[in-house]
Amino acid sequence: MARPVAWLEPGVIAGALVPLAAIALRAGLNKLGADPIAKVENELGLTALILLVTSLACTPASRLLGWTWAIRIRRTLGLLAFMYASLHFLTYLFLDQGVDLGAIAADIVKRPFITAGFSALLLLTPLAFTSTKASIRRLGFRRWQRVHQLTYVAGILAIVHFIWRVKLDITQPAVYGWILGALLLIRIAIWLRQNRTANKSSPAR
Amino acid sequence: MRQRSPQPRSSEITPESLYLRRREFLRNTALAVGTAAVVGSGLLWLVGQGPPPDPPPDEPPVSVASPPTPGRYDTAEPPTSYQSITTYNNFYEFGLDKDEPARNAHTLRPRPWTISIEGEVARPQVIDIDTLLQSFTPEDRVYRMRCVEAWSMVVPWLGIPLADLIARVEPTGNARFVEFTSLLDREQMPGQLSRVLEWPYVEGLRLDEAMNPLTLLAVGVYGKMLPNQNGAPLRLVTPWKYGFKGIKSIVKLRFTDTQPRNTWALAAPSEYGFFANVNPLVDHPRWSQATERRIGEYSRRRTLPFNGYQEDVVQMYAGMDLRANF
Repeated sequence: MARPVAWLEPGVIAGALVPLAAIALRAGLNKLGADPIAKVENELGLTALILLVTSLACTPASRLLGWTWAIRIRRTLGLLAFMYASLHFLTYLFLDQGVDLGAIAADIVKRPFITAGFSALLLLTPLAFTSTKASIRRLGFRRWQRVHQLTYVAGILAIVHFIWRVKLDITQPAVYGWILGALLLIRIAIWLRQNRTANKSSPAR
Repeated sequence: MRQRSPQPRSSEITPESLYLRRREFLRNTALAVGTAAVVGSGLLWLVGQGPPPDPPPDEPPVSVASPPTPGRYDTAEPPTSYQSITTYNNFYEFGLDKDEPARNAHTLRPRPWTISIEGEVARPQVIDIDTLLQSFTPEDRVYRMRCVEAWSMVVPWLGIPLADLIARVEPTGNARFVEFTSLLDREQMPGQLSRVLEWPYVEGLRLDEAMNPLTLLAVGVYGKMLPNQNGAPLRLVTPWKYGFKGIKSIVKLRFTDTQPRNTWALAAPSEYGFFANVNPLVDHPRWSQATERRIGEYSRRRTLPFNGYQEDVVQMYAGMDLRANF
């Protein structure tokens, strides 16, 4: 008997690749508008943020709503977010800045919004590479879990990167910021309740 | 009992387990495709991926295109395409995205249109846009345009030198600045329902800047009437300044003795100034102004002081600290 939700992960992967396919399609048709580089950069970055926030929603969805299937796609969503974030950075590196390493180094040091974005990507990199079951075994579940809580830090940095980048209207990054904040609060509430019940159920003296 | 049909041989019967797996396979495929469709369309919706808007259909020509001999102020650089100039606009009165003005500006009615000239002038007046077009002959001017967001274009404008209009209205001795005001009309400009900027959009120039021969009141691009999204029917063009100085859909010019307020400096005074001269040495607080991307090109190019118009404007700022007066 196959797993009951064998269709879920392939479906999510295929769906998450649609924005990339849409970029490729419009690039081929020359339909990316007057500033295609900026467009590609912005769409890749936003897709990365959405997927990252979605991956962080999996655990609360499972705990709060009983959607246990969400846990099955958490890693996939995180890896897809990392893929889009990497493509976003590579677009900046090769297409936007033309591998002008001096300008890029100056940007990363001098421009807080680029510092924040770059740090988010740096944080996600080890998380992506330790997302395997083997890594969980090697690190031990507790330690692995603690390390992977850094995803929240990466998410916050990504939101800051987005807010500092927009010229004036921060509505869009603020919406993702509020969602991320709510998810973090839910996580803290779950953690507090677990601690309390753990204390209560400790053996009576 | 009679048999209605011949029995298949037992070897021809699909084993039940395989038969069930086939059904499961089809079911799983359908569910995966459905999931992909939901996830994919959700992401497309959130990211807002769509094709760019079309350029406007042919606008009527403002005047017979003058012979293409480059004038004293024209750049010889190749002009940006009409498609890009008319579909990549910052015009928050019609939305914050670059392609929104091209989609939304159809609600603007550029005729009938009057421009009120007030303040420190001997001959205040209200001029109809068509009277203005008859009184002055618009000139072709191919200018570079550098946006504060670090992209640039080359635009073949059609416009009236502002100095010619100023001479006609005779500023008084008290006139030191010109304040420009855009249309305020939430029905024609639905973006004004949002509080993202203070409306109406206002801008200002010092009188000597306003009288500089480069300063243009544009009425067209590519020899045609200005499309709505480019600031119809009348907009300011100051090619040595960042693009946000180029106030669109102007309804009022007021001559004053005090420095006018300008919209972007009001919105973020630490990031946008009154002068807004293009300056690669003075970065925006959040990004570099050293380079720019010319729309239609891929690699960045160096930004020039005063956007390459140094020769014609630098004397106006002699002795001024351009870092403090950004």
